[in-house]
Formats: sequence, C-alpha cells, structure tokens
Amino acid sequence: MAADSYEDIAVDKGEVIPALEVPPQDLYHAKSFWTRWIFCQDAKIIGIQYSITAISIGLVALVLSWLMRLQLGFPQLVPFLGAAEYYQFVTMHGMIMVIYLLTALFLGGFGNYLIPLMVGARDMVFPYVNMVSYWVYLLAVLVLVASFFVPGGPTGAGWTLYPPQAITSGTPGGDGLGIVLMLISLSIFVVGFTMGGLNYVITVLQARTRGMTLMRLPLTVWGIFTATVLALFAFPALIVSCIMMTLDNLLGTSFFMPALVEFGEQSEYSGGSPILFQHLFWFFGHPEVYIVALPAFGIVSDLISIHARKNIFGYRMMVWAIVIIGALSFIVWAHHMYVAGMNPWFGYFFATTTLIIAVPTALKVYNWVITLWKANINLTIPMLFALAFIVTFVNGGITGLFLGNVIVDVPLSDTYFVVAHFHMVMGIAPVLVVFGAIYHWFPLITGRFLHEGMGKIHFWISFLGSYAIYFPMHYLGFVGVPRRYFEMYDSEYMAVSTNYLNQFITIVALIVGFTQILFLYNIITSAKFGKKAGKNPWKACSLEWRTPEVPAGHGNFGKELPVVYRWAYDFNVPGAKEDFIPQDIAPDQIPEAKAEAT
Amino acid sequence: MKKKETIFQLLTQKPWDPAQAKIDNMHDGETLNLSKGKLGLRYIMVVSSIFFSLFIITYSDRLVYADWQQMPEPLLLWFNTLILFISSAFFISAQTAAKNNQFAKVKQKLLIIGFLAFAFLLGQLFVWLQLINLGYYVAANPANAYFYVFTALHGLHLIGGLVYWNMTIKKVWITSDIVVVDAKHTVELCAIYWHFLLAVWVVLFGLMLFS
Repeated sequence: MAADSYEDIAVDKGEVIPALEVPPQDLYHAKSFWTRWIFCQDAKIIGIQYSITAISIGLVALVLSWLMRLQLGFPQLVPFLGAAEYYQFVTMHGMIMVIYLLTALFLGGFGNYLIPLMVGARDMVFPYVNMVSYWVYLLAVLVLVASFFVPGGPTGAGWTLYPPQAITSGTPGGDGLGIVLMLISLSIFVVGFTMGGLNYVITVLQARTRGMTLMRLPLTVWGIFTATVLALFAFPALIVSCIMMTLDNLLGTSFFMPALVEFGEQSEYSGGSPILFQHLFWFFGHPEVYIVALPAFGIVSDLISIHARKNIFGYRMMVWAIVIIGALSFIVWAHHMYVAGMNPWFGYFFATTTLIIAVPTALKVYNWVITLWKANINLTIPMLFALAFIVTFVNGGITGLFLGNVIVDVPLSDTYFVVAHFHMVMGIAPVLVVFGAIYHWFPLITGRFLHEGMGKIHFWISFLGSYAIYFPMHYLGFVGVPRRYFEMYDSEYMAVSTNYLNQFITIVALIVGFTQILFLYNIITSAKFGKKAGKNPWKACSLEWRTPEVPAGHGNFGKELPVVYRWAYDFNVPGAKEDFIPQDIAPDQIPEAKAEAT
Repeated sequence: MKKKETIFQLLTQKPWDPAQAKIDNMHDGETLNLSKGKLGLRYIMVVSSIFFSLFIITYSDRLVYADWQQMPEPLLLWFNTLILFISSAFFISAQTAAKNNQFAKVKQKLLIIGFLAFAFLLGQLFVWLQLINLGYYVAANPANAYFYVFTALHGLHLIGGLVYWNMTIKKVWITSDIVVVDAKHTVELCAIYWHFLLAVWVVLFGLMLFS
C-alpha cells in the first residue's frame, strides 16, 4: 500500500471489511443556540458542561482548603474563622472533592466525551436522558452551594455525615437547613448519576462499532465502564442513608438516632442505630474510592502506553485487575470502621479482604512499570503526570497497607497519618491523572496544545508541592497530632516543632493552590491562542483521534462508522512504517506490518 | 458468536492474536442479544432492586429490637394489592393484543391500567389517612416509619412508571403514526416495569405482614 500516512489509508479503503449496515441512530440535530450549546444532547458538549461545572465547584473546594490550612498554620490570621467555620469548610471540601468534582469529572466529563468516540459510536444511546443527567447534576451542585447561604451555614458534620452528631444542634448546620440541603443535594446527585450511568454502561455494551470487541477497548473505557457499574451498586446505599437521615431530621423518625440527651434535655429519638448509618455510608464510601480510582487507572494506562510508544504490558491482566478490584471493593467497607465499636472479628475479616485487594492493584503498578521498561519514553506533560501518578499511588497505597491492619489503624486512625494517606491515594493521585488527561486530550477537544512551558511549571510545582504538603503529615500523624482539631497552637502534648511543620505545609499549600490558577489561565488562553495540534498529535491508536474532523463534529464519524481491526495498543509493530497503527487500519492496508511479532 | 460467549471466554481473549483478530473483525459491536431499551430497563430494575434491598436489610436489622410494635394492616391494603395484580393482568393481555396488532384493544387496556394505577395511589393515600387517624404517626414507632417509607417510595416508583405509561399511550394513540415494532416494544417495556413494581410491592407487603 503506497500511502504516506494513515490519513491516506483511511480514505483509500481497498479490500477491507465494509462498515456494518445499522439503522442510523436517532440523533437530535440542534436548531438553535440553546439546543446546540445549553440544552444539548451531544455527549461531547455534555462532557464539557460536566467538566466546567465540576472544575468550578472544585475551585470552591480549593479555596476552602486554603482557609483550613490558614487556620491550622496561622490560627490568628483569619478573624472570621472559628471552630464552626473550620468544620464546615472541612466537610464541604471533602464532599465536593470526592463526589462533585472527581466522580462527576471522571464519569460525567471524561466518560461523556470519550466513551462514544473511543467505542466508535455516534453518541450515547439515550442522548436525551444524558442531557437531563447533566442538568440534574447541576441542580445538585446548586443546592449544595445554596447551603453556604442559609442561616447557620452549611453542615459541619465531616464529609461522612455521621449521625447522631450530623443532625444535632451542637454541630454547625446540624439544626438548620445546612444538613438538609446536603442530604437533598446528594440524593439529587445520585438520581442524576443513575441517568448518566445508564448511558455509559449501555453505550459500552451495545453501541460499539463493528470489530470493537470488549477486549479491544482502550483501558480508559474499561476503567470508566467498571467504575460506573460500581456506582450502580454503591450509590443506592448513599441515597438510602440520605433519605433515612432526612426523615430522622425532619420528621423525627429514629432510623439512625439513638435516645440521647441534648443540652440537658431528653430528645424525642430512641432506639436508632448510628452504626447502621456507618455501614450504609461505607458500603457506598469504599467503592466510591474505586469509582474515582478505576477511571484514573484506565486513563493512566493509555497515557503511559501512548507516550512510551509501547503496547500496554499485560492488557488482559489489566482488564482482570480492574474487574477484580471492582468486585473486591464491595467487601472491604468496614475497614473504615475499626474504631466504631463493631465486633473485632469483623475487623479481621475486613483487614484480610483489604490486604487482598492490594494484589490486583500491585499487579497494575507492575504492569505500568514494565510497560515503561525499555520503552521510547517521551517526557511530554501527560507522561510526566502519569509517572507522578504511579509514584504517588504507590506511596498512598503503601500507607493503606498500614491502615488496613486493625492493630496499626487503631492508634493512627484519628491522626494526620490518615489525612496524608487518603489525600495521596485518592486526592493527589487521581487529580494528577485528571491533569495528565486534560493535557493529553485538550488537542482533541480544541484542536490546540496547552502551553508546554506553563504546563511544566504547573506539573513540577503541583507534584513536588503535594509531596511537601503530605509527606510531613505522615510524620505529624506518627507523633500523634490529631485530625479534625481546628486549633492546635498551644496544645501541651504536641511538640512545638509540629506547629512549624503546620506553617510550612500551609505555605506550600497556598503556593500549589495558586499554581492551579496558572493552569486555568493556560486552558483559557491555549483554547484560543495555543499551538495548533492537527490530527492525532500524539500518534495514538484509539478511535477518538480518527474522526474526519478534529474536534469531532455532531455524530462523531462522518458518513460511515469506522471498522476496527486491532486493539488500541499497536505501537512499534515490526515492519510497519510508522510506530503506531490506528485501530481502524485493516491488515491488508499495511501488509508489511507483522502484528503477530509485537 | 456473541450469544454463546461466557464472560470467562470473553475476558480470556487475546486481542493481539492474529487468529483472534479474524474473529473479532466480524464482531458487530453488541455484547448482549437485547435491545437497548430492554437493557436500560434492566439497569433501572437492578438499581431499584438494590435500593429496596438495602431498605429491607436495615428493616430486618431494626425489627429485632424490643421497641418494635407491629402496625395493623388495614383491609384497604389488601384491596390495593389486588388492584396491582389486576393491572399486571391487564398488561399481559395488552401485550398479547399488541402482538396481534390489535391496537384499539391496547389503547383501551392502557387506559384501564392508568386508571388502576391512580386508584392504587389514591388507595395508598387513604391507608395513610386511616392510619394517621388511628394515631399511627410516622415518628411514633420504627415499624410505622418503615411502613410510610416503603409505601412512599413504591408510590414514587409507580409515578415514574406513569410517566413512561404516558409515553407508551402517546406511541400507540395515533393509529396512523404507529410504528408497529416500536409501539410493541414500548408496551412490552412498560409491562415489564409494571410486573416489577408488583413484585416489589408483594415483597414489601409480605415483609411487613409476616415480620
């Protein structure tokens, strides 16, 4: 085949399998500005809407974290910050980051943009439901934001919202609208997510293009798909606990509320079980960790493979590991409750399952590292973030092994060691992947690169800065500095040096936080003035780069859907002219390539 | 080939293997031999089942405590249950009529089903009123709380079903515009959801009756 590039091959089809004749998908074609950009049914626009909303509310969480850090490092500095405000900020920061930012961004943002493009579909299977899912999510965010402006402010119960304290008057927002709005917002979020999840699951299962078997899917799709299935099982537990706690709060039922004396008065409650809430919450809460982590695993696998120009090592095992981690994530939840007073035998069971989950997780890490072995590593910005992810995830994962053991967890449970652990493993690690993914797919969305210089500054400050923040926290935890305390300045049992360390962490946190503004500036300016990327600038094999126009138009793939002939990792195939073969290039179009020798 | 593949066979494929590639190239991209609508409905039923199962687990956890006082079951509840059974039976006959292209009958039966659904919801509200008048308030006892929660959530699911029922009615109403395959499919999906809600109610009612 005398073709200079794969673009020529894509035009000159030659002797290849024709596209499957399927009835055209009933796509809604926008007729006005409103239906094209606002109430839009195109998954790509919905993905961008999800991403902008998630990042916007994420910025609120970032500012809250600055305020918390200022309080911890320099308690006298911010006059309006008292105990109540501190707890409110902790709660809102945690909830926003975990649910409204990371879950929404990975599944609603990347899921919507990438799934149809990567599986070779024109759109999600139920575009209308998909659109409604975004608006319901936005409503959930607005209800959450509204809680900042109600009398008493937002809830300060901690992101876990444990009763009875979450709905008693001693807790900030506990006897006002704060907690009610939080519970309602979470319930709305779950409803919206269920609508989105319906689309992600069915599009992946039923709307792939010809030749795209499940085992030819890029790992990004596997990650997002499995995470959505986890959410399908886990989110009902969240909405059930929200409904029951709302009723406890508003109607005086006693699902979770035991008999208690509040400010010297016997309350109306009796007989409810706070531990029951904890079980329900963590039955959602632990899979939630993997709802965030699995898409990150998938995306990072693709980033590493593409930017190291080598097929992912152990593709099948990577898929198995994703599925096994997903399944195991449902039988580890009570490791969050070792100190909750449950039967110690339970603790041993959950410690064992927790440690078992390290096996498939470690397998993934090994495979990433082996993929890099003797690879042609391009230290592009997405690759830098991917490498940083591996290191950070290993660090956070190893402290997870400490905390998974009951006997080690008990003394460390209420210290900064836990704060350091979960921030490394499910805060910093997935956020690094988010950044890497944005740098990687920005040319797909806008047709332009993000500015590399700004990108490098952003990467190094964010990466090294987050280590400067969280490494010392492990030490703080070991020396016994308790978490959840809003002021530690003159505590006698803590060494004075811990105060200096807290001040150092605060300063670094502010610097890292401000660097994110540089990132936003980069996004805004590069979208308009960035270097033009052209088609498939990273020379990837997956289908999202094979649309006739970049960014992809409505319906994604011109007149005919692509036909897939290979997996998404045909890099450096012996004999091939270029170091990659896209998924829709037929073997007889490149007879010189010897795929079997890969 | 997609119809006979087990999940283990699927997950052990080697996508890079040239022999496997030849099989894969002919794959039409569908994993299951199911319409998207049917799969979507199954998704919703799975989520709802997990949702109700979690409530049932908390219910069984709570009812063993000494303060649990069983509520009476008004006769009207039995009557409401009967209404649900009848509406499911009507759906079965509506499906048969749709299969035989007798859309006039389908319309008639769908209207009866809608009427029965409203009757059921009103009936449930009357049960609530009866119980409230007898002093069984929601916060008075955990058994009461669960009763009101179960009936309310089941009712909400039925209201959601009525939205889909409305779409079904629209699809079969204007005879000239009936796209037969589409209309049959919609009637079938609506029927499955109705049977599902009947099953959920039977489980919830049985649970409250025999615990």
